[in-house]
Amino acid sequence: MFKFLKRLRGEKDLSVESEPQEKLAVKEAAGNVTASELPGIDSASIHEEKTQEAEQPSQALAAAALVTAQAPSGLEAVELPSRSLGKGVRSLFGDAVDMDELEDILILADFGVETAEEIAAQVKKEAGKQGATTDAELRLLLKDLLTERLIRKDSSLNLEDGKLPYVFLVVGVNGAGKTTTIGKLARWLKDGQWEVVLGAADTYRAAAVDQLATWAERAESPIVRPAKEGADPAAVAYQTVEMAINTAADIAIIDTAGRLQNKKDLMDELGKIRRAVEKQAKISEVLLVIDATNGQNAMSQAKAFTEVADVTGIVMTKLDGTAKGGILYALQKELNLPIKLVGVGEQINDFAFFSPEEFAKGLVAKK
Amino acid sequence: MFGNLSDRLSDTFKNLRGKGRLSASDIDATLRDIRRALLEADVALEVVKNFIGAIRERALGDEVSKALNPAQQVVQIVNEELTQILGGESQQLRFAKSPPTVIMLAGLQGSGKTTLAGKLAKWLKDQNQTPLLVAADLQRPNAVTQLEVLGERTGVTVFAPEPGNGSGNPIEVAKKAIAHAKKAQFSVVIVDTAGRLGVDEEMMQQAIGIRDAVQPDEILFVVDSMLGQDAVNVAKAFKDGVGVTGVVLTKLDGDSRGGAALSVANVTGAPILFSSTGEGLDAFETFHPDRMAGRILDMGDIVSLIEQAQKTFDEEESRKLAEKIASDSFTLQDFLEQMQQLRKMGNMKGILGMMPGAGKMKQQLEDFDESEIGRTEAIIFSMTPVERNMPKVLNGSRRQRIAKGSGTTVTDVNQLVNRFEQAAKVMKTMSKGGMPNIPGTNPVQMGGAVGGAYIGGKKKDKKKKGSKSGNPAKRAAENQGLDYSGSTETKSGSAFGLGN
Repeated sequence: MFKFLKRLRGEKDLSVESEPQEKLAVKEAAGNVTASELPGIDSASIHEEKTQEAEQPSQALAAAALVTAQAPSGLEAVELPSRSLGKGVRSLFGDAVDMDELEDILILADFGVETAEEIAAQVKKEAGKQGATTDAELRLLLKDLLTERLIRKDSSLNLEDGKLPYVFLVVGVNGAGKTTTIGKLARWLKDGQWEVVLGAADTYRAAAVDQLATWAERAESPIVRPAKEGADPAAVAYQTVEMAINTAADIAIIDTAGRLQNKKDLMDELGKIRRAVEKQAKISEVLLVIDATNGQNAMSQAKAFTEVADVTGIVMTKLDGTAKGGILYALQKELNLPIKLVGVGEQINDFAFFSPEEFAKGLVAKK
Repeated sequence: MFGNLSDRLSDTFKNLRGKGRLSASDIDATLRDIRRALLEADVALEVVKNFIGAIRERALGDEVSKALNPAQQVVQIVNEELTQILGGESQQLRFAKSPPTVIMLAGLQGSGKTTLAGKLAKWLKDQNQTPLLVAADLQRPNAVTQLEVLGERTGVTVFAPEPGNGSGNPIEVAKKAIAHAKKAQFSVVIVDTAGRLGVDEEMMQQAIGIRDAVQPDEILFVVDSMLGQDAVNVAKAFKDGVGVTGVVLTKLDGDSRGGAALSVANVTGAPILFSSTGEGLDAFETFHPDRMAGRILDMGDIVSLIEQAQKTFDEEESRKLAEKIASDSFTLQDFLEQMQQLRKMGNMKGILGMMPGAGKMKQQLEDFDESEIGRTEAIIFSMTPVERNMPKVLNGSRRQRIAKGSGTTVTDVNQLVNRFEQAAKVMKTMSKGGMPNIPGTNPVQMGGAVGGAYIGGKKKDKKKKGSKSGNPAKRAAENQGLDYSGSTETKSGSAFGLGN
C-alpha cells in the first residue's frame, strides 16, 4: 500500500546501515525489510514494518526508493499495518442482477439520481458492446466500471513530506463519527510505531473531551485537554501542535466539535483553528468525516466544509450498516475530493484505507 | 431544511401555473419532476413510488379535471398527500396512567440520542414533570459522562450506576432505574440507549431486553434528518426489532432536505413527535406535519419561526418592546437591539429560509450577507442619541456624516432608515391586533393558500419588505403566525421587516 515517512526511533536504526540495494529486494520479499543507503543519496535509511500484504518486491522497492530519495536523515519510510475493508460493504443485489432495475438499485445505494442514471446507461451500453449477458459478466462489468472510475492517485494520506509533526484536523457534522475515527486512526498509527498526540478541540459537546480521552488511552497516546469546558478550541489546537513539537511526535490529530454546515459562525471557527495551527506547523490533512448513512446532504456538507476548511480528504464512516455510501462516488467526481479512509465497524481495528476495488467488489458480490 | 425541495417544487408548479386544463402528459411531466425532486431530497425510493402513484391517481381523476384551476388542484393534492405521509395532525407524547411514564430512546450511532435525552428532559421539566435520565448507553466511550453533564446543565437527576465504556449490563441498569424512579417518585423516566445498527442482531436483542425490562410507554426512534435512502432499512429494522411508537427528527437545523422524515414516517407508521433544531438545550419542539408539508410546498414555516423567536427573545425585553411599539416610541436603538436578538436565534439564512416564499428568493438568500447586520450596527452606532431616538431628524447632512462615520454610503443609510420605518409601521399595525383570524394550522386552508401563492401575483420584490405584502397567501400566513403566538408577541413581526 502506501509508504509514509516518520521519525526513525529506537535501536532499529543501528542495524540498517549500508546494505546493498539488491539485498533490499530479497528481504522485502521475505516480508521484513531493513534499509539501505542508495547510491548518490546521503545516509537516508529505510525501515519497513512487517506487512501481510503480498506486494511485488520490485514495486515495493521502487516505492521505497522513491520515498527514500526525498527522505532527510532521521526519518524512515513505513507502511501502516494492513487493515482491510473486509465485510464492510454489502452487496447491492439479491440473487440476480437485473439490468432494468440497475438505476433504482443505484439510487437506493445513495448514488444520487443523476449518477445512477449515468452509470446504469453506461453499463447497459458496455454490456451491449461486449455482449455480456450472464449474471457473472454483468457483475464484473459493473465492478470494473466503478473501480476504474473510483481509483485516484491522491487517496493516500499526506504523510510523506517528512515535515514533522504532521497535523491532521478532523472536521464534520454532529454525530458523523469524528471522535471514533480519531481513536481508530490513532491506534492504527500507534500499531505502526508512530508517536501520536491527540487534541481535544471539541470543547462544546458535553463530555466530548472525555470520550476522546478514552480513545487516547486505548491508543496509548497523550491528549491535550482544554483548560476548562467551553474553552477556545483554537487554543487547544495550538497547544496540541506545541506538544507534538516538544515531544518530537510524528503526528498531531485534532478533534473538532461537530457543526452543521449551514451554521456560519461555527464554520468560521474552523478557519480560526486552522490559523492557530499554522502558526507552528503546516496542516497536512483536513479530514472530513461523513456518515455513510447520510444521503445527498453529504454533498452539501462536503461543499461547505471544503470552502471554509480546505478539506483534503474524506473519511466515510458506518459503512458496516445497511447503507452503501454511494454518495462517495459523487463526492469524488463532483468535488474532486478523494475518499481516503473508511470506518467499517465498532471495533478499534475496523478502519482501513478506502480501496475502490474492494468497495466495488463488495457492492456487486453474490450474497 | 427542505429548502431545495421547495425550490424544485416551486419550479415544477410554475410550469403548471395558469393552465386551464391539464393533459395527462402535463401531469406525467410534473410527476417526473416531483419524483426527481423527492429523490434528490433523500426520500426513499419506495416511498416516492407510492407517493407518485397516489398523486397520479388523484390528479387524473375528476377532482382535477373539474376544478376551476387544475394546477392549483394538483398543488393541493400534493400538499394533502405530503401531510398524510408525515402523519396528519401533530401528535402528543403518551403519558402512563400511573407514573412513571417510561420513554425509551433508540437509534443509530450518532443520530443524537444522548443530546436529545437532555433536551427532552428539559422540556418535560419545563412542563412541571420530574424526569429521571437513565444512562443505559454503556457502549460509547463516556456516553454516561455526557448524560451526567447534560443532567447537570438541565438540573435533572441522572441515574447512572455503571461507568460505561463497554462494561456493565444496560438491561440491569434499566431495571434498577425503574425501581428507583418508582421509589423516588419521578414522573417520567427517559432511558438513553447505545447507538446500534439495524443489522446488528446482538445489539438489537439487547435493545429488546431493555424494552422488556422497562415496559416503555413510548419507544422513540431517534433519526438523523440527513439520513439517505438507507432510512427505509433502518426504520424497518428498528420497527421489527425493538418496535417504534414515535419518531424524533434530529439536526433539522441543518440544510438537509429532510426526505428521511417522509421515509421514516411512512415505513414505521409511527407519528413524528418532536424535532430537534439546534445545539442549545432549548432547540427542541413539537413536530407539526402540516407545517412541514407547507414548508415543502414553499409555504414557509412561519409559525415555527415565531415560536423560535419567542423563545429567544428575552421576556422582559419583549414586554418593554411591546409597550414601546404600542406607544409609538419604537426607535432605531430598539431596532438595533432587536436585530442583535434576532441574530441570537441563529443563522439568518436559516431563519429567512423558514419564511413563506423564501424558496423563490433563493438567490437573495444566497446573497444575504451576515455582515449586513454588522454594517447596520455600524450605521446606528454612528448616530447621536437624538438621531437614534428620533429618526425624523435625519436630514441630508446628518446622513452624510453618519455614512462617513460608519464607513458606508449615504445610500446604505437611506436604506436602513427606510427599512426601519417600514418595520416600525408593520409592528404598529400588528400590535393593534386588528387582523382577521385564520384558524390554526388547518392543512386544507394552508393548501388553498399555497395555491394562491403560485397562481397569484408576481410582485415578488416588494413583498419581501416589511411584510405587509400584497400577496394574500403570505399575509395570511403572517396573520396566522401572529394569531398562533398570542396577542403581545408582536416583536417577532420585526423578523419580517429585517428579513430582507
